[in-house]
Amino acid sequence: MMTKRSLLVAGIGLVLMSSAQAQTAPAQTRFITVSSTTSTTDSGLFTHLLPAFRAKTGIEVRVVSQGTGQALDTGRRGDADVVFVHARAQELKFVEEGFGVERKPVMYNDFVLIGPRSDPAGIRGSKDIAAAFKAIQAKAAPFVSRGDKSGTHAAELNLWTVAGVEIEKAKGSWYREIGQGMGAALNTSNAMNAYVLSDRATWINFKNRGDLEIVVEGDRRLFNQYGVILVNPARHPHVKKADGQAFIDWLIGPEGQKSIADYKINGEQLFFANANQPGA
Amino acid sequence: MDVSSAFGAAFSLIVSLDPQFMQIVGLSLRVTLTAVLLAALIGLPLGALLAVTRFPGRSAIVVLVNGLMGLPPVVAGLIVFLLLSRSGPLGGLGWLFSPTAMVIAQTLLVLPIVIALTRGTIDDLWSEYREHLTSLGLTGWRAIPTLLWDGRFALATGLLAGFGRASAEVGAVLIVGGNIAGYTRTMTTSIALETSKGDLPLALGLGLVLIFLTLAINAAAYGASRIGARFAG
Repeated sequence: MMTKRSLLVAGIGLVLMSSAQAQTAPAQTRFITVSSTTSTTDSGLFTHLLPAFRAKTGIEVRVVSQGTGQALDTGRRGDADVVFVHARAQELKFVEEGFGVERKPVMYNDFVLIGPRSDPAGIRGSKDIAAAFKAIQAKAAPFVSRGDKSGTHAAELNLWTVAGVEIEKAKGSWYREIGQGMGAALNTSNAMNAYVLSDRATWINFKNRGDLEIVVEGDRRLFNQYGVILVNPARHPHVKKADGQAFIDWLIGPEGQKSIADYKINGEQLFFANANQPGA
Repeated sequence: MDVSSAFGAAFSLIVSLDPQFMQIVGLSLRVTLTAVLLAALIGLPLGALLAVTRFPGRSAIVVLVNGLMGLPPVVAGLIVFLLLSRSGPLGGLGWLFSPTAMVIAQTLLVLPIVIALTRGTIDDLWSEYREHLTSLGLTGWRAIPTLLWDGRFALATGLLAGFGRASAEVGAVLIVGGNIAGYTRTMTTSIALETSKGDLPLALGLGLVLIFLTLAINAAAYGASRIGARFAG
């Protein structure tokens, strides 16, 4: 009886100790928290970039990937040190409202319109994204919308406007807002034989394609710019200003820019570094 | 076809002992076991206390605890998120997006199960042994240690039910942990991530490993309780 009880006590002590240890150990490493978009994580870009940055500076980068809207919100609440997203207008607003210090352009990739091989809207091979969107709406072909306030969602809404479609009025059962990330939207489109707007990086990395393929690409209006912002330490004093700024400087400096350009999947370059392009 | 490649993926994950994968499994077990332990330390005495005492409002508390067994993980996650966010009341701790936050959220999920099942078990024991224990001078809360010890095997089942709930949930750990690679990524959040990347075989493979682990832990607990029961005679 006595030994059994002391065994039990020892066991509980051991578990408590090991978990306490496990939780203090990582706290000693130098780290920053970056809120970013699902596309940068799902495409594998961070897995490629972060080890190089860590090797140089010793700073661990903890990435929380969310839609652009949510990622900016995480920054607004002060739960991240750096925000790395793709929705220029929202980024500028974020800085203007005093939540961020300064927005720096980093890189771009492009959006592609994905659709089923059967191509019910008859738009495959077109270079005119506005005409393609118009055709989808006119034929009420199934279309999956992210519906999650992400950067891709914002781009999609903008393209409806460009196409002259008032989507709030025009949407019917063909327009399916799923409120989830890019990967989930592609899975859903595969299951429903629907069209969907995707960033190219996520698409190239996506494995469950089924009957889906690229139907429209190459239109300049499909351009997708990424920006990076340090969360304002004046607003949130705990923000790791120096380490966060080090990450931003590395990203937009020659090493980070080269590392971004070097990232390829199946020989295909996913992101195009353009930190020095004026007005990006 | 997907299912067979899922078995292949699960098999190669286990055989290769990939350090990243082992880290994910280790974190999942550590978070969930710590949460169950904390829930046991808080929930066993509270549940027993609910069983042996009578006070106004007790029925309401019993109903509340029973109801909270169905607390949706995503709501538990959201509550802990709002508490721990830098803009929330406990923001100064800087615990959001850390394993500590995940332990807190899972403890919140497991606690009602432990309290409710403990209360049920101890209620039965109390009505059976009340006179005997009272004659030994053990009344009210003083009877609790004896009752808990007598009900230990039934209570272990309650803890296992809590473990099952915590190890299977994704909603809470995803919100408060942030699914950060190498830091707060668990089995269930990996499964969600691989599903969203369209790598369904790998996602299902991870799922199979999770099921296998849960089975192994339950088998171990069952074996231990059988051996224990024999010795306790």
